[in-house]
Amino acid sequence: MRLAHLRRTLFGDALNTTLSLLILAAAVLALPPLLDWAVLKARFAPDVVACEALEHAGACWGVVAEKARFILLGRYPADEAWRPLLAAGLITGSWLAAAYGGLRGRALPLALLLAPLLALPLLAGGFAGLGSVPTELWGGLPLTLLLTGAGMAGALPIGIAVAYGRRSSLPLLRGLLTAYVELARGIPLVAALFIASFLLPLFFPQGVAVDMLWRVLIAIVLFAAAYLSEIIRGGLQAFPAGQIDAASALGFSPWQTQRWIVLPQVLRNVAPSLANSAIALFKDTSLVTIVSLYELTGALGLALSGDAQWRPFYLEAWLFIAAIYWLGCALLARISRRFGQA
Amino acid sequence: MTRRRIAWQALILAGLALLGWLLVDTTASRLQERGIRSGFDFLLEPAGFALGESLLPFEASDSTLRAFAAGLLNTLRVALPGAVLAVLIGVIVGFGRLADNPLVRGLATAFVNGVRNVPLLLHLLAWYFILTDLLPAADSALPLAPGVFLSKSGLALPWWGEAGWEVPVPAGFGIDGGARLTPEYLAMLIGLSLYAAAYIAETLRGAVQALPPGQRLSALALGMTPRQAFTLVLLPQAWRAALPPVTSQLLNLFKNASLAVAIGYPDLVSVAGTSLNQTGRAIECLAVVIAVYLLLSLLAAALSHGLERRGLRGAPA
Repeated sequence: MRLAHLRRTLFGDALNTTLSLLILAAAVLALPPLLDWAVLKARFAPDVVACEALEHAGACWGVVAEKARFILLGRYPADEAWRPLLAAGLITGSWLAAAYGGLRGRALPLALLLAPLLALPLLAGGFAGLGSVPTELWGGLPLTLLLTGAGMAGALPIGIAVAYGRRSSLPLLRGLLTAYVELARGIPLVAALFIASFLLPLFFPQGVAVDMLWRVLIAIVLFAAAYLSEIIRGGLQAFPAGQIDAASALGFSPWQTQRWIVLPQVLRNVAPSLANSAIALFKDTSLVTIVSLYELTGALGLALSGDAQWRPFYLEAWLFIAAIYWLGCALLARISRRFGQA
Repeated sequence: MTRRRIAWQALILAGLALLGWLLVDTTASRLQERGIRSGFDFLLEPAGFALGESLLPFEASDSTLRAFAAGLLNTLRVALPGAVLAVLIGVIVGFGRLADNPLVRGLATAFVNGVRNVPLLLHLLAWYFILTDLLPAADSALPLAPGVFLSKSGLALPWWGEAGWEVPVPAGFGIDGGARLTPEYLAMLIGLSLYAAAYIAETLRGAVQALPPGQRLSALALGMTPRQAFTLVLLPQAWRAALPPVTSQLLNLFKNASLAVAIGYPDLVSVAGTSLNQTGRAIECLAVVIAVYLLLSLLAAALSHGLERRGLRGAPA
């Protein structure tokens, strides 16, 4: 029965038979050389001479071992490596807890928002005997996770405020917020990063120098908040009016109604969409390399572009980074699905 | 109540005016300190930089305005064919995701998951590396088809030249005749269109699967074959539901063309960045970029609105 079904779907008619045979033939032709390259002929030790001897007949995974600290932590001082590692662990841990752990109810969003805020002072230092590390030296995976986590943590409250503001009875407020949302959603993130990099310094008074990292974070927060506000506004519009009438009949003030009845339900309803925005932001943080912040993607370039010996093995290191992004996206997608069930 | 509303709005206006005045004031003094003049007059002055490639003939002595125009043209040159390719590939992969054949479905799923879970910038960097580092040099270019050669210096194609229709021929250290597509352009085109295609495929799949199952069952009960039910009943309805999200994905493709700056393809944003570094006129250069993108967004919104209205009026195909 099963076999018959398989035969019908694979070879049921001329088109399906052709497609199946083509895919099978391609697999037979491509898989053995791929296996050969990735495993059988590959070198796993960070030995550049042995890797060059392969002449790309096999992968040189040694490049990952050789450059791991640089790719994962960027230019952060080597003897303080435990701090970025712990920071990355905190944020990853909060994601893992949200995706698999027993965290439920209010503790879950709280953990997701708090972890990046704890990671910040840990990376910055300058207290309790921790040496202070300038933000230009932050990089690699902790920076990617921090920009995602802190970006979402900052964008969510602003997004909620903007969504409510756009439902206000004041036409001036509505107009202003609509202009902001349409502007932010209309331009590419690269343009927003250019604004953070070149325009923002002009807006601060004399003697106030704000690090590139904070300027970029402001840009990311304002950019993401526009998208989040649209999601939340949609949730508010879809909210059944009967519940609001019921709350006011029970004596809730308009403020109390929003705080205790509407907002908690709306946030729960749109949580999967919010998590999808977090996935988009996680991938978009790679763009900050354009304004010289060396998160994961930037650190990859930094580690290899200046090193003529190891640069030929860019593809292997690239696959390593891509796998990290892939895992991060999968983790966030799982959180999104879990929010959907709750 | 109305008086309170007016008071609130007056307060907002006053706050805005104060903020605006503060910004203008500090910005003006910042610019003065750095000795940067402001105004758009620099657009008519010589740009002072060359472009890697351009449809408009462009030299460093041409005006900055012309550089911006060449940049915009470069954006459109990669985004428009990219959008066409993205829809074509997206539709094929979307159908693959819905196929009964498990091999086809598996391949389409692997493509969608593989592409969507890696940042676009990484895609572009990988394509650029493959096209510039792994391909053979121009003197030993790969012949893909008669008159089509692929090498480190790009793709050579037959095209109209000064002497009419020209077919590229290998000559000495390179290839003569025909047209050349640079590796930067190819990496952008491939990366952008595959990335958008994965999203379009998922949108289409979602739109078809969101249709009530009764639609398919009734079509089958009326004696249609599964394929007829798909093409005549499900697809026309799904296409209409998928149109708005697909439009927004194509708009994303336009915005994502700005990632060109990372691999050195001179699109609008990267031209603006270069000019900004040359002249220091950050406000003016970024204003041009923002204005162009907002205009493109408006145009796309109008276009999609028109398409939707036509789609709703016309009888299902």
